[in-house]
Amino acid sequence: MTGQSLTEAPPRRRRESHATAWVRGFALKLILLCAVNALGLYGVIAAVAVKSWAIAAFLAVALAVVDVCYFSKRMIPAKYLIPGLLFLLVYQVFVILYTGYAAFTNYGDGHNSNKQDAIDAILGRGSERLPDSLSAPVSILERDGELYFLLPSDQAGQALLGSATTPLHLVDDAVFEGSQPTGLPGYTTLEARQILAQQSEIGNLAVPRSENPADGFVRTTDGMNAYTYVSTMAYDPTADTITAADGTIYSDNGQGNYASEAGERLEPGWKVTVGFSNFTSIITNKSLRGPFFGVLVWTFAYAILTVVIAFALGLSMALVLNHPTVKGRRILRALLILPYAFPAFLSAMVWQGLLNSKYGFINQVIFGGADIHWLESPWLARLSVLVVNVWMAYPYMFLVSTGAIQSMPPELEEAARVDGAGWMRVFWSVKLPLLLVSLAPLLISSFSMNFNNFNSIYLLTEGGPLENPTDMAGSTDILISFVYRLAFGGVNRQYGLACAISLLIFIIVAGISAYSYRKTKVLEEMN
Amino acid sequence: MTATAVQAASSPPPKAGRETRPVRSAPDVNAGRRAVQASWRYLIAAVALVFALFPIVFIISASLNPLGSLTSSNALFSAVDAGSYVDLLSDPAHPYARWFGNSMMIGGVTAVATVFLGACAAYAFSRFRFKGRRGGLLTLILLQMFPQTLAYVAIFLLLTTLKDVFPILGLDSQIGLIMVYLGGALGVNTYLMYGFFSSVPMSIDESAKIDGASHARVFFSIILRLVAPILAVVALLSFIGTLNDFVIASVVLTTPGKQTLAVGLYQFISQNFSQNWGVFAAGAVLAAIPVVLIFLFLQKYIVSGLTAGAVKG
Repeated sequence: MTGQSLTEAPPRRRRESHATAWVRGFALKLILLCAVNALGLYGVIAAVAVKSWAIAAFLAVALAVVDVCYFSKRMIPAKYLIPGLLFLLVYQVFVILYTGYAAFTNYGDGHNSNKQDAIDAILGRGSERLPDSLSAPVSILERDGELYFLLPSDQAGQALLGSATTPLHLVDDAVFEGSQPTGLPGYTTLEARQILAQQSEIGNLAVPRSENPADGFVRTTDGMNAYTYVSTMAYDPTADTITAADGTIYSDNGQGNYASEAGERLEPGWKVTVGFSNFTSIITNKSLRGPFFGVLVWTFAYAILTVVIAFALGLSMALVLNHPTVKGRRILRALLILPYAFPAFLSAMVWQGLLNSKYGFINQVIFGGADIHWLESPWLARLSVLVVNVWMAYPYMFLVSTGAIQSMPPELEEAARVDGAGWMRVFWSVKLPLLLVSLAPLLISSFSMNFNNFNSIYLLTEGGPLENPTDMAGSTDILISFVYRLAFGGVNRQYGLACAISLLIFIIVAGISAYSYRKTKVLEEMN
Repeated sequence: MTATAVQAASSPPPKAGRETRPVRSAPDVNAGRRAVQASWRYLIAAVALVFALFPIVFIISASLNPLGSLTSSNALFSAVDAGSYVDLLSDPAHPYARWFGNSMMIGGVTAVATVFLGACAAYAFSRFRFKGRRGGLLTLILLQMFPQTLAYVAIFLLLTTLKDVFPILGLDSQIGLIMVYLGGALGVNTYLMYGFFSSVPMSIDESAKIDGASHARVFFSIILRLVAPILAVVALLSFIGTLNDFVIASVVLTTPGKQTLAVGLYQFISQNFSQNWGVFAAGAVLAAIPVVLIFLFLQKYIVSGLTAGAVKG
């Protein structure tokens, strides 16, 4: 290496590589940022168009932060963190906060929307047909899943269009057959067959005649003719009460419903915050308390038993097989971990077939045609989900135990043997304590994973069997599948209560995890 | 399943894969005793193998059974025929190929994007010292304790709202589902990658910077290549996790043609359990093959506690 090359080479190389890389890199960055800005601006406009101010504001702030960060020469860590953080904020942080918020509301069936929607629905539902209203032939149109009424109007060449959310208004370019408008570009006209298929939706559709609910609604009973209905309920905005035809006055009862003095409530209600009542109802509501605590106990039992049994099995297999006298250990291990490699959602479904009481392999072949209700009787179902979950979990325990045993220094065992310990003694006093030290964090995280192991319960039994069809919880329901049942299971969806229980699960799991992190000193390693 | 796998990968203690240095037993064992010793071990191994494998053997046999019902599947390998596979792929009532494609697409995109987002964050945490770094890492660990599975009610409500504003991100949209999964991209992955990134010595970055490389160039051209093993692990764990997800996918996707394997197969088998068994079995076998292969390939990395790094500090 000469002095010349030492002094000359670096500047030349820097100039070359820096220039090309800089231009190319900057161009790429500019294109990406332009695309992000275009998408973001489109998003803001779209959100403003539907009056979603919160979304618009979030997008505008996010866009500003992105632009400032990526055009600035500083804030280098932020350039790498922002993409992931944006997703984290929307789909993790917001979702957690929203769960927290919904836990304190009565959100659910009957309390789905805001107060104005509830008033509109009450006024629309409690309606009667105007005796002198003329019938008008109606065409039913559909666009993006929403149904519309198309009616003739007084104006030549124009028709009236409206849906449940948009009052009737004049439209110009309708297609007429005689005096009857039958279609509109961009909308699909439903045929008789389709009308029949959506009978109940069409029958329930009440299209407001104007922005003022007092003008009444247009409805159809047969999908052919529409009539004007007026509400028998009257809403008094100053007193915030609803008066029925018979003079009963319903007022806001503070719990998201209009109720009469006698306690009769008008449905639907609206979403309001209800304080801790979702949490207290777990204790005070008798029909909820029993199922909840049953599920809670079973959830702990299920998670603990799974981990303990799977660990005992996995460790035994590791001790048995991890021995120099056993040939083909590598192949044996690969075969033994197959249940773990097999996708978990499929395993549960395969076992559902194996355990089928009428035709399943277990009853037909292993028990010679016996009629054992593996998934239909409460305690057998609990046993079944446990066995299946152990089947899915023990290969993992086998894997990590094998690893831990192999990393254990052999001198320890030799020293214990020299001191006269038998293999039992070596195992209980030397190997197991050491293994537990290194595997405890994995066992605890496996516990918290199984605490929320929705798939292995739901895909096998759906949380059932239900001892009575009206029960709130099935015999094998764990907390997370119980939440699913509350939120999406039956006719009465209770999002608020479901979120409250989700929050409780989080507190339990976070408490256990915090304990485990403290134990394993993850926090100290971090610096 | 994946959560624990990730834990396995992130925790250093179980360093296995050292077949060459097994624990030596006492040297005075004679050959006959060794054989006896080994034979009971083989016996236990055989029992364990039967327990581990019979459901898998059963499902393979059922997929090849020409009658295709649950009852007929009980006679293992009594007849072999590819009829169920043909039915599976041809009957429009269950768009299996679509489900398979959807699962691969959603899982693949999620995996690649997760790796990218996680790697970016891990690079920031491991290479820069900034205010709130420690707090940020701690927050990620805390957030990860609230799994998205637990928040499916809120996710459902969020996507219902988003559907009115951006239909493409709302309910019944695969892109919307991918976005939800990407919300979990940081969290445990960042922590996992952070440890690995930190094992690459800073001197490599510094020498590249002296040569005129920008921080972006160091990241894309140097660091990402050196940490390739952990990128593969995170990608595959994320892929398997996405494939296995049932709750969120079933809440978000409702149109049959858009659904994933987990949701589609479950609904298919729920309809007519016994009669659909053969076709389901064929679908299960086809779906499991890529995952099992990936897993067996990945096993080395999981178990060895990710010791296969290119540069160790």
